[in-house]
This record gives sequence, structure tokens and C-alpha cells, in this order.
Amino acid sequence: MMELLQTLQLLGQDLLGPAWLPVWTAVKIMIIILPIMGGVAYLTLAERKVLGFMQIRPGPNRVGYWGLLQPVADGLKLLTKEFIIPNGSNKFLFVAAPVLALTPALAAWAVVPFDDGMILADVNAGLLYLLAMTSLGVYGIIIAGWASNSKYAFLGALRSAAQIVSYELAMGFALVCVLLAAQSMNLGEIVRGQSHGTGMLGWYWIPLFPMFVVYFIAGVAETNRAPFDLAEGESEIVAGFHVEYSGMGFAIFFLAEYANMILIAAMTSVMFLGGWLNPFHGWPVLGAMTDAIPGLIWMLGKMSAMLFIFLWFRATFPRYRYDQLMRLGWKVFIPLTLIWVVVVAAWMQTPYWLW
Amino acid sequence: MNFETILFYLFAAVTVFAALRVITARNPLHAVLFLVLAFVSSAGIWLLLEAEFLAITLVLVYVGAVMVLFLFVVMMLDINLEQLRKGFWQWLPVGAMLAALIVVQMVYVLGDKTTGAGMTAVRHAADYDNTKELGRLIYTDYVYPFELAAVLLLVAMVAAIALTFRRRRDTKTQDISKQVSVKRNDRVRIVSVPSVKKQEATESSAHVAE
Repeated sequence: MMELLQTLQLLGQDLLGPAWLPVWTAVKIMIIILPIMGGVAYLTLAERKVLGFMQIRPGPNRVGYWGLLQPVADGLKLLTKEFIIPNGSNKFLFVAAPVLALTPALAAWAVVPFDDGMILADVNAGLLYLLAMTSLGVYGIIIAGWASNSKYAFLGALRSAAQIVSYELAMGFALVCVLLAAQSMNLGEIVRGQSHGTGMLGWYWIPLFPMFVVYFIAGVAETNRAPFDLAEGESEIVAGFHVEYSGMGFAIFFLAEYANMILIAAMTSVMFLGGWLNPFHGWPVLGAMTDAIPGLIWMLGKMSAMLFIFLWFRATFPRYRYDQLMRLGWKVFIPLTLIWVVVVAAWMQTPYWLW
Repeated sequence: MNFETILFYLFAAVTVFAALRVITARNPLHAVLFLVLAFVSSAGIWLLLEAEFLAITLVLVYVGAVMVLFLFVVMMLDINLEQLRKGFWQWLPVGAMLAALIVVQMVYVLGDKTTGAGMTAVRHAADYDNTKELGRLIYTDYVYPFELAAVLLLVAMVAAIALTFRRRRDTKTQDISKQVSVKRNDRVRIVSVPSVKKQEATESSAHVAE
């Protein structure tokens, strides 16, 4: 795969000269974006299957063998439906909102390392960039809620804005712990910093376990997923911020939500679960058996495991009440993360820091 | 004209346009969104200056948090535009004088060869870590001004909370930690009810099975 890309790049350089760089970057972007879109499509199927099995029913099983063509059918259905723009809505913002939701969700992937060196933009401030991009996603939701000129949509947007701003703080502090431990904000360096121990014992989920939990839960809240899906809240405010959207507008919000989920799963894997590293590296028998597996497979495996937990959450927990949600963010997570920042900083000065 | 210069003029043009629209837009919500655009494009200019930490922090703090709260407030305000527009011509001279003063100050500062536009940005190698360098400077050479600014912000935050915090007596606040830590035995009482006769019980269960 990598050799093929290399020869392709050399060929293009000969052909186009300096104009090749933007073309090549666009090609690399497509190599990242297209599998994510496919992943989003099949994540929806996986979600419905997993929810089905957890509720003892088969899930979608009519379109294609084992329901495998269901995402294609859903996509076609949404594509061919009319995109209704409500009277009294702000037309430009109404159309722009889904785009604003999807763009940051995809832009964040530029700095995610899939394997050693398999990264689009190897920037030093990668961690900050990711945090900034995930915080921009809220604009799509707020603007959608406001531009719809509907009370339910507006309520959903306000809920979502308060929720995302609150959980971003806890998320940021959890990431501060990671960058303390790794002494770098480069995501590749963060993964390499976890390679010193024996397999999975060297990853940051052990010293930063509370942060791992906080980060993942804050990630669930940031993506507006159950049990923190108050922005949508089907049983309370119909569908929240996207109640007025139909057809492709609705589909793009869906894409953004699932792309964000995959992103949170990827970030959790990179920062706490050793990214592309082999969990059994250096273990007696398993290590030798599994070292041949490429890093990309490990990375995707870890992401899938985290995504399964997302779906598991949805099947298991009832929706939070709004005041409980705010309490969890401000009174539990933020004090906990603040304390753990100090603990990690002090711990790193002692000889007992093994990571 | 290389690619970087084109990018600079693009970002600069967008920033100026967005900043102008912030004060000319009729809808306050549009004004806030144009302010967001101005922030994002100035972050782009900072990136061109290789100040990636500051650029991303600008997006993270101002665009990602502060402006979201701005939007939040502006959306919920019931703004009477006619009321706001009243007295525009009356106050124009004062505003114009203030604007002129700011322009003079900026020309004075930026025109100075030692502080402003006279300086050229220093180019660094690709592995130069802007964030580390900034951290080192803040916590060594500028540690006192930095700590002073931090304390100032803390005081401002405490003051803002103290000014706006009202404890109302008539609210029925729930103690959520109590609710969360409730056990089954606190809420449910299992009583042992003597069941019906055996024959009837089997009859009724058979009925259900049908």
C-alpha cells in the first residue's frame, strides 16, 4: 500500500511539478475522508444491529444479506427526499448550518495518526488543534437551532451549547494530563511516549485512568450521544436542533454526529490506548505471535472497541436530566480533573513515574 | 507573489470585510457570526506568522467558547433595533473622535521601527516548537506579569460571580448527590404476600400461556 502511494507520488511529481502538491494533498484527504464516510454509514448499521441484539431482536435484516445494504438504502432514501426550507427561517444560515457541523468533524482528522508516520499533517500542536476543531462543531448545532425559527429546535440548540461548553473544560483538563505525561502535543509523539512499557502496561490509561474515564464520558457528551442526548431528546423536544431538517440536511447532521463519534474513539485510542501500538508487545508468547500485525489494524481495532462502548452506553443508560448533566460536568469532572493535573505533575517529579 | 502572500491578502481581506460587517450588520446575530469569521481569519494570519499556538488558542478560546456564549446571549435577548438605532447622528462625532484617537495610537505604535511593523518575522526550521518556546518564556522571563494577569483574571471571575449570584429562598433545589446515591432498599419495600392457592395459580398461568 505505502509503496504504491510512493510510486504514485513520484509519478505525479514528474508530471505536474509544483502544482502536484495541492493535488497530492487532495488525494491524501480523500484517502482519509472516504473510509470515514464508509465507516459512518456502517456505524449506523452496527448501531442498529448492536441495539437490536441488546434488546433481543434481530435489527435490520431485510435489505441485503444480514442487512448489509441498509446504509445504502438509507442514503438513497435521504438523497432523493426534498430538502424543505421552512417559511420564516433564515435561509442562508439554515442551509449553512449542516455544513458548519460537518466541516470541523472532518477537518479534525488531518492530525490523527493511523500508523507510525501515516498522518496527513504532523503538526506540533496537534492536540490543541483537535480540541479547537471539536469545539467548533457546536456552531452547526446552534445556528441550525436558531435559523429554523422553531421553538423545539431553539431549545435543543441552547441545551447543546451549554452542554458542549461545560464538558469542553473537563475534556481540556484531561488532555492537559496527557500532554503532561507525554511532554508533547504532537499526537505521534504521544503514541511513541506510550511505547516504553511492556505492551498495554505502558499506555497512559494506567496512570491517567480517571482522566481516561472523564475524557471518554466528556466525549460522549460533546457528541450529544445517549445518555447525554438532551439536544435531541426525542421524547421531550421531538428531535431538538434538527427538527426542521429533511432529506440531505438531516443526513449531513447525522454524518457529522457519527464522524464526531469516530473521532472521539480515535482520540481516546491515540491518547490513552497507545494508538497503533501492539497491546501485547514484549509479552512472553502473545507478543511474538501478534507483532506481525500492522499498526493500522490495532488502531482500527481500538477505535471499534471504543465505538462499541458508545453504542453500549446508548442501549444501557437512561437519559440524564439537565441539572444532573450540569452537575456531573461542573461539580464532578472539573474538580476531579483539576486535582489529577496536580497529582500527575507531582507524580512525574518522583522516581515512581514509570511511563 | 508566492502562495503565502496570496493567503495573507486573502485572510486580511476577509478579516477587514468581516470586521466591517460586525458594525454594519442589521441583525445582531449576523454581527456575532461575522465577529467569529474575523477571529478565524485572524487566526489564519497568525498561522502564517508561524505562531501556531496563539492561532489555535484564539480559535479554541474565542471562537470555541467565548463567541458561543455571545451567540447564546444574543439569541435569547429581545432586542429592539429601532431603540438601538436612535441617536446615531447625535453620537457620531464622539464616536468618530474616539476612532481617530485609536487610529493615531495604532499608527504610533505600529509605525515605530523597534516595536511594530519595522520588525520582520524570524523564520524557523520545521521542527521548531512554538508552544514549548512560549511556555519557557512565560514561566521564566515573564513569570511575574503572567502570574499577575492570572490573579487579575481570578479576581474578575470571583467578582463577576459575587455580583450576579443571588440565593433565592423559594427554590426547591434537589440534592442530586443524595438522589444518585439512593439504594434500592430506601425506595422499594419487599413485602411477602401470601400467594393464592396452588390449583388456581397453575390454572391462571396456563391461561396466560395460551
